[in-house]
Amino acid sequence: MEPSLARYIWTHTKKQQLWILVIVLLSMIPYFMSFDLPKLIVNGPIQGKGFEQPGATHPFMRLHYNLPFIGEVQFFPGFQLDRTTTLFALSLVFLLLVIINGLFKFYINTYKGRLGERMLRRIRFDLVDRVLRFPPRYFKRVKSAEVATMVKDEVEPLGGFIGDAFLQPVLLGGQAVTAMLFIVVQNFWLGMIAAVIVLVQIVLIPRMRRRLIVLGRKRQLTARALSGRVGEIVDGIGAVHVHDTSNYERADIAARLGLIFKIRFDLYQWKFMVKFLNNFLAQITPFLFYMVGGYLVIQGRLDVGQLVAVIGAYKDLPGPMKELIDWDQDRQDVQVKYQQVVEQFTVDGLIAPRIGALTIDNPGPMTNPLSAIGLSMADDGGAMLLDRISLQVKPGETVALVSTSTGGAEALAEAFARLNWPESGRVASGADDLLELPEAVTGRRMSYASSDVFLFQASLRDNLLYGLKHAPLTSVTYDGAAADQHRWDIHEARRSGNPDLDIHADWIDYASVGATGPHDLFEAVRQVLDAVLLSRDILDLGLRSSADLTRHTELAGRIVELRAALRTRLEHEGLSGLVVPFEPGAYNKEATIGQNLLFGAAAGPELADRALAANPYFASVLRQAGLDRTLYEMGLEIAEQAIELFADLPPDHQFFQQLAFMSAEEIPAYETLLQRLKNRPYETVSENDRAMIVTLSFAYIEPRHRFGLLGDELMNKIVAARNRFYEDLPPELQNAVERYDPAKYIAAATVMDNVLFGRLGSNHPDAPDRIRSIVYDILDELGLYGELLDVGLDFNVGAGGRRLTSGQRQKLDVARALLKRPDFLILNRPLSALDQRVQEKVLQNVLEEARRDGRSPAIVWVVTNPAMAMMFDRVVVLDSGRLVEDGTHETLLAGGGIFKELVS
Amino acid sequence: MLLKDEVGMLQRVPLFSGIESAKLKLLAFTSDRVSYSAGQILFRQGDEGDAAYVILSGKADILVDSDSGPIKVAELLPNSIVGEIAILCNSSRTATVRAASPVEALRIRKDHFLRLMREFPEMTIEMVRVLADRLSHTTADLIDARSAK
Repeated sequence: MEPSLARYIWTHTKKQQLWILVIVLLSMIPYFMSFDLPKLIVNGPIQGKGFEQPGATHPFMRLHYNLPFIGEVQFFPGFQLDRTTTLFALSLVFLLLVIINGLFKFYINTYKGRLGERMLRRIRFDLVDRVLRFPPRYFKRVKSAEVATMVKDEVEPLGGFIGDAFLQPVLLGGQAVTAMLFIVVQNFWLGMIAAVIVLVQIVLIPRMRRRLIVLGRKRQLTARALSGRVGEIVDGIGAVHVHDTSNYERADIAARLGLIFKIRFDLYQWKFMVKFLNNFLAQITPFLFYMVGGYLVIQGRLDVGQLVAVIGAYKDLPGPMKELIDWDQDRQDVQVKYQQVVEQFTVDGLIAPRIGALTIDNPGPMTNPLSAIGLSMADDGGAMLLDRISLQVKPGETVALVSTSTGGAEALAEAFARLNWPESGRVASGADDLLELPEAVTGRRMSYASSDVFLFQASLRDNLLYGLKHAPLTSVTYDGAAADQHRWDIHEARRSGNPDLDIHADWIDYASVGATGPHDLFEAVRQVLDAVLLSRDILDLGLRSSADLTRHTELAGRIVELRAALRTRLEHEGLSGLVVPFEPGAYNKEATIGQNLLFGAAAGPELADRALAANPYFASVLRQAGLDRTLYEMGLEIAEQAIELFADLPPDHQFFQQLAFMSAEEIPAYETLLQRLKNRPYETVSENDRAMIVTLSFAYIEPRHRFGLLGDELMNKIVAARNRFYEDLPPELQNAVERYDPAKYIAAATVMDNVLFGRLGSNHPDAPDRIRSIVYDILDELGLYGELLDVGLDFNVGAGGRRLTSGQRQKLDVARALLKRPDFLILNRPLSALDQRVQEKVLQNVLEEARRDGRSPAIVWVVTNPAMAMMFDRVVVLDSGRLVEDGTHETLLAGGGIFKELVS
Repeated sequence: MLLKDEVGMLQRVPLFSGIESAKLKLLAFTSDRVSYSAGQILFRQGDEGDAAYVILSGKADILVDSDSGPIKVAELLPNSIVGEIAILCNSSRTATVRAASPVEALRIRKDHFLRLMREFPEMTIEMVRVLADRLSHTTADLIDARSAK
């Protein structure tokens, strides 16, 4: 990247910089005119100069010029106006100038702002573009949070500076020189005094600022290191807790903050010190004028008028000087920041732009063999991982890489995947060096999965299809405002040197998975998920999440059918007792009292959880149903029982998981509340306290908690209250709850809850498992299995995929690699988190899936267990970075070499 | 059956006889009440042991797999506890338990059970005594079996 900020700015914005300079100079005309006007107004119409005779008039807006050789030419004779109208006319002109000046200022500021923001956008994009092109080894040394800080924070101040980068010195410099000349013209020697002081300022101040630059650089580096450390703490939080090192981390952060504080404070001190000196120097000039000039006047060598004129002229000098010096400080500041960032982003061996160039059309298949030729790989410390290996993998061949613990098979797989670059030798596809092939070929015709999986924080679907998003394949048509926005987006992107690829286009390369569009993509997805044994996990996720009804319409449309099928099935198997269904006119004993009252899913915060008892409308319904007092007394009873049971347990006791009514932290609060409310008549208890107590009864389930608090009469009353609640539901609560309706899908509830439409009996410990497998059966019978899988694919995998288990992540990675149907499939211990049995099962499935429909990709698999090598055409054995055996499984077993040892 | 009735029943289980009733109530509250119809399996031999069961009412058979099918080795009566061995040894179930009549039971989860043992030495000692008792029975059976050869 361009090391000099000024040159970087000039290269990309010279036209705009010149344009804004012209505009600024133009704006000077009305600006100076507005200076002159007040004098005209005061002297003319107000003081009456030229209007001495009553009824005297003056021409207004007369245009006449004295042209050379031609003489006086009158273009426009002007209007004859009297004193009052002249006053109005001149004042209106003044107003007009004020508006014109304002508009100029507005235009200039907007223009500068936009210029700066465009440059900022360009710099940031350039930086990220470079990150995308860094060679692999660079990422072993840099912390991601530091890179992010550089892109986001460190270049930020550049935006504000760019608009003024050239304009400010030209303008202010011009002003300062004019003022200086004016002083010199008034009196040469006094002018020299001013010039000497200015010279001192110009020489001294930047020297003092050198220290500021050093400190500024330190500040930037320490702040960057801080964000790197914070990022590390977040990523390594597990290690921190496991080793009880949180206080070590606290100490480290405190020490860093202390250092940053010291640097920043030094910076302040020095900055204000420089400011002080600067102000002092600016003020010393008038002092010299008064003293030296005054002395000269007394001596009679200077006349008073000249001295006053010099002092008057001098007042225009310090302003521009000060701003110029401030500008210089800004310049140095951003220059330092820029250089710091550029240094970090200047790396040798950057990947050439053509390697990652956008390619719309799919390249043809890779029909040449993939070979390692004299390939050596080293780790970052220089230790050899592979030592001059030569190996050729033919298209369609399946190869197991078996290695001893220091064999280097992983390094070989990484070299094939271009994840690490050779120390010497090369990897080639046919005659071409693999590293010289565009990623459009290797990224589409080869795929790679390893045990070290990275997932993006997005849905499972997005992660699975990530490997298909190479280029925007459709062009989206936009209408109306969206079209304008789109045009603007493209225009601005180009102006900032950003690409104008449309992120909203469909990037998924359907053809590569054997599909024609979104509608038949799913079949391919399902097959790879089945192959890696991930379907079941995703179905479980689907059952536990709520479906997006705009996408999964079929599930909602056939919910009645599903519920009926479940009932029939349960009756058929004699398992009706497993689920107690919700019936609009009956109390559901396995649901809480709160659920029985609300009989719906809370869709907003108004009626959810704790808010329910405190809701005024809900409380009024309870009162009318004669339940308020009963539930209050029940709540008191529950509070007493719960406190008796749990009061003397430590708050972290695992028994608290069983206490549905309150958390361990709330127990003391309820204890005091109970003390206060005991023997108080119900009428005198405040609304708030009532709600606190009534809430407890809402969590009560008789068969689970067994306090014996719920009789038939009470259950009937609750059902009556439920109906009353829905009768006059106020409009503001209409959207806060979705009533349970046997014929309707409940959007706010999970798929499982929707299918069950009831509660599992609490006295069947294996009910959840049995119900789940029955539900899967039914979904399959009704052809809704795919729909549920699709709901599961909406699941957000969390930061780095941490909401999935490591086994699930690895399976997903393999599925992603399989999905694009590559010519070369490289798998690097891809399933190490799974147990041996499952690994072998997935291996077998993957080999089958990869070759389904007559495809025959080459597969290179670094196996975790030599026994797995049996399923491959060819076995390659590596030991200490050397290729030691190569042949079919049978020949190697018969040979009695290392492989045989490893297998036994 | 209400919580307080369960406490009464737990007090009659020898293992819990030394524990004060407030604690037994807590144990009952934090355990799941489960019911089985005749023929249903409480747990199977070879499963992972995740809970112990106290039979509140009904009868259950303890079955052990053999080459000629399952053999009934003992019968569980109300107030007896079963399944605690797999919890203590972190091993899989050594036998299958099947309800012989409708059974009501309390299911005490593994972590709760271990926590109780840690907090109530009386219970642990009782536990040890029951186990020692079973061991001496088993030893006697073994001697019988050896001498009968």
